[in-house]
Amino acid sequence: MDLIYEKSSPGRRAGGVPQYDLPRVEVPAALRRAAPPRLPEVTEPELVRHVTALADRNFGIDTGFYPLGSCTMKHNPRVNERAAGLPGFRDLHPLQEDEGAQGALDLMWRLQRYLSEITGLPGVSLQPAAGSQGELTGLMVMRAYFTDRGEGPQRDTIITADTAHGTNPASVTMAGYALEKVATDARGNLDLADLRTKVNERTAGLMLTNPSTLGLFDEGIEEVAEIFHDAGALLYYDGANLNAVVGHSRPGDMGFDIVHINLHKTFSQPHGGGGPGGGPVAVRDTIEPFLPSPQVVRDGNAFRLDHDRPKSIGRVRGFAGPFGVFVRSYAFMRAYGPELREMSDVAVLNANYLLARLRDVFELPYDRHCMHEFVLSARNLKREHGITALDVAKRLMDFGIHPPTVYFPLVVPEALMIEPTETEVKARLDEFVDAMLQISREAAEDPELLRTAPHTRPVTRLDEVRAAKEPVVRYDFAGHTTTQAGTR
Amino acid sequence: MGYVSLTDDDRSAMLEAIGVSSIDELFDQIPAGVRFGRELDVEPALTEAEIMRLLEELAGRNAHTGVELSFLGMGVYDHYVPAVVDVVMSRGEFLTAYTPYQPEMSQGVLQAIFEYQTAICELTGMDVSNASGYDGCTVAADACFIARHATGRSKVVVAEAVNPMVRQVVKTYAPGFGLDVVEVSQRGGATDADELAEASADAAAVLFQQPNAFGVLEDAPALAAAAGDAGALAVAHVDPVSLGVLEAPGAYGSAIAIGEGQGAGNFQSYGGPHYGFLAARSDLIRRMPGRIVGETVDAAGRRGYVLTLQTREQHIRREKATSNMTTNQTLLALGGLVYLSWLGPQGLVELGETCMSLAEHAKGRLQQAGFALAFPDQPTFKEFAVRVGRDAREVIREARARGVHPGYALGRDYAGLDDALLVAVTEKRTPADVDRLVDVLTEVAG
Amino acid sequence: MAAPESYPDDLKYHRDHDWARVDGDDAVLGITWFAQDSLGELVHFEAPETGATIGKDSAYGEVESVKAVSDVIAPLSGGILEVNQGVVDAPETVNEDPYGDGWLIRIRMSDPSELDALMDAAAYRAHVAEQ
Repeated sequence: MDLIYEKSSPGRRAGGVPQYDLPRVEVPAALRRAAPPRLPEVTEPELVRHVTALADRNFGIDTGFYPLGSCTMKHNPRVNERAAGLPGFRDLHPLQEDEGAQGALDLMWRLQRYLSEITGLPGVSLQPAAGSQGELTGLMVMRAYFTDRGEGPQRDTIITADTAHGTNPASVTMAGYALEKVATDARGNLDLADLRTKVNERTAGLMLTNPSTLGLFDEGIEEVAEIFHDAGALLYYDGANLNAVVGHSRPGDMGFDIVHINLHKTFSQPHGGGGPGGGPVAVRDTIEPFLPSPQVVRDGNAFRLDHDRPKSIGRVRGFAGPFGVFVRSYAFMRAYGPELREMSDVAVLNANYLLARLRDVFELPYDRHCMHEFVLSARNLKREHGITALDVAKRLMDFGIHPPTVYFPLVVPEALMIEPTETEVKARLDEFVDAMLQISREAAEDPELLRTAPHTRPVTRLDEVRAAKEPVVRYDFAGHTTTQAGTR
Repeated sequence: MGYVSLTDDDRSAMLEAIGVSSIDELFDQIPAGVRFGRELDVEPALTEAEIMRLLEELAGRNAHTGVELSFLGMGVYDHYVPAVVDVVMSRGEFLTAYTPYQPEMSQGVLQAIFEYQTAICELTGMDVSNASGYDGCTVAADACFIARHATGRSKVVVAEAVNPMVRQVVKTYAPGFGLDVVEVSQRGGATDADELAEASADAAAVLFQQPNAFGVLEDAPALAAAAGDAGALAVAHVDPVSLGVLEAPGAYGSAIAIGEGQGAGNFQSYGGPHYGFLAARSDLIRRMPGRIVGETVDAAGRRGYVLTLQTREQHIRREKATSNMTTNQTLLALGGLVYLSWLGPQGLVELGETCMSLAEHAKGRLQQAGFALAFPDQPTFKEFAVRVGRDAREVIREARARGVHPGYALGRDYAGLDDALLVAVTEKRTPADVDRLVDVLTEVAG
Repeated sequence: MAAPESYPDDLKYHRDHDWARVDGDDAVLGITWFAQDSLGELVHFEAPETGATIGKDSAYGEVESVKAVSDVIAPLSGGILEVNQGVVDAPETVNEDPYGDGWLIRIRMSDPSELDALMDAAAYRAHVAEQ
């Protein structure tokens, strides 16, 4: 498929700009653009066809089953799009006076209250733009809390699980903390003996998701919380797996002091091919003063943005946050009300059903009921037939199913992490099981078919080594070296 | 009810396959002491029609730019978003797709990001762009992070004439990065290059904005040279809509170009979601945060696209990653790509010219009506600061009562400007709108 | 393209999968077959500067494949005399010939007694078998 630049012709254009009968203003010569940027030059019909052709080469939840573990690929309700597109939301300038934005502030207030009840923590900031930014915000808030108590320099280390998502250690570094890792035991829980050797007066806190990336609820969580709190440290909850426990257990009740929520996972904000998202943070009363500024507050029947927050860590993002994401998440929550618990019920039911049907086809590292996701190992296929988790993933594409997460978490070799979510009906789950059974048969009978998969997508396996060694990261107008047909 | 609809038949078949008698049994792994034993105390469930009714009521309580004539800017702008942008924003294959880790399933998004990266490089005159950052503020923090590791230095210099929120975010991130932030004051609405040069000794990065927060055109080449002479990375925060008429940062010695993409293809949406862009010189590619899409070939020799240099990123490099960013702002960036494709080079030039001439016209009419510009001798792009003789926030309140929002109260962020409004004039305003602004301001502050 | 598995007898080995070849007062350092096999085809070697000092058991550089990045650990302390520009230009040389053309740096040893703490080929082979 051609790039839009390859479809361009000099002088073509799609849109026009209003022009008024006013004197032209010259940019000072030293600042003037010498040559216009080489943007696409296409008509609107060509542009629409191009976008349509690109869409035809892409796969979303709207297309089919998307069991990406850790991503919670649930259906993105269309009413949310209609709501976010209402002119009163869509065309509202973020610096409008508070009096002129009462509807927006009211919505944010309501969203905060939902998140507070779900997490069991009273102080909420909606500002962070994504889960990762929520993590960083939470760690900065943690540092501010300890500094305020005179313990800042002393507490310089964060402990994460060895099953942690890569964002956890990356956030730790960005926040200027040192990293310590704790092992996972044979049940899939944090190894308490290992943990006790690592928690001390230098510990600021724990970063943990519960259930873990293995899809298992930490059965020792109460004791974990006690170990950290006894040492004067805090617990940070990575909300990536919140979909498993809404209405069943609240992070605040588990002992966590700071939580981030992924609105684009649990609360249906569409993933958009890589964003946008939302990563609000919820904290205990004692930590609330350190949250980002401004905060949405309520004065009687009116709402406003409060900038007078002397202990705040400051601002992490422009304006009040990704407001369009709030509209969608709030609309999603109102579709359930207190029945959000049922969302988690079915997420956990669906995952356990798949686990029950697939556990004998692959290796099962932890023999327990899972929560909303589970991890299998394709190590048996590798051992017996030389087929890897990657081969399984690529072959699934030929069945019209997006692969699960592979090679994560790192503690499981040839890992396949499967999260169906609650919005899949049983028939879709059965189709997935049938595909996986077929693939395991093919591993024995026709492994080459798997090794050369996928066969039915616009491209087959791509040379990622070449992409890394000789990065081509933009179209080169002078002489682009790779045409549609291959290397020139 | 929501979006699940579990039939009794399905439930019993699934429970039987699992070997338990109820869904509750699956939650036994949660220790009793942390089980939530009551119903969630939240607002009740609504049907879809009721959800829309509630949200329409909430939206109706917002004075948006469709009902109030607005001259608000300061980072987010009421530029026209063409209907063709909706095509990419609403196609389910883009909207509901995840990050393209499985490239064979995601050639659409990957190629679109490659095209976006190209467009940003063209606009900014840089060699490599990432797939987007969170917004125009956080990309400034990203640029500081790059500079810290590229130079080994621990100071960043920021012009006061840079957008206040951008500066606030840099200051929030700086301690964790081990960076000190030094601010260089604005002088008469612009940044003095000599002052900047002096402050830039031992700096990792020097951040300036073009046009700056007052809408003023800085001597950007001189500011970039001041940074370069000090061995620091020049970081230019630029308005994408201006880059048809203003020179590209890469052409005057900037190492990194960043900015807020909203004005190029996204609705205002009370501040987000939007997209930040970040582009850099080729030698900085390995330090770039965020996703980068690269071109390659598949096993059959066909051209294709993949996420590349992933070893920079959190999922591989973990604690040594160039950033913790995972989800960024892809869909909004794709909206930007479609916008820029719709506009084309000539359209972007015309857009810049229309904004400049209309803003200049507004300056002239206000001066004729007796208002003084805060920085009368400075060239401006689409925004300018005008003094209204008394507290700007009160003037805003009274103007709004007459259906016009006259602009941002600069006194909120800058000393000595309590009576100044930052007026933004986009191509969606008309000469008649400008007349209206002048009339209303004359009424309340003349 | 990648070499067959081997662990030459004339080398000393470090538990983090690095080797050293002694040459008078100098040592040539690199990564073992096991290391390059785990990483896959190398796409980048982040090399140190000539003249820099390295310390035993510390990282002196990084090697990257498409899917992984790994510190390169110094089995011995010393000053860097030379960096293998051939590997910087073509990192896949390490996969093809990890002990020959795929050498990474040459150092002047600051403490040759550190050699005693390293493994011989047989001990290293046993160590690899446990991985």
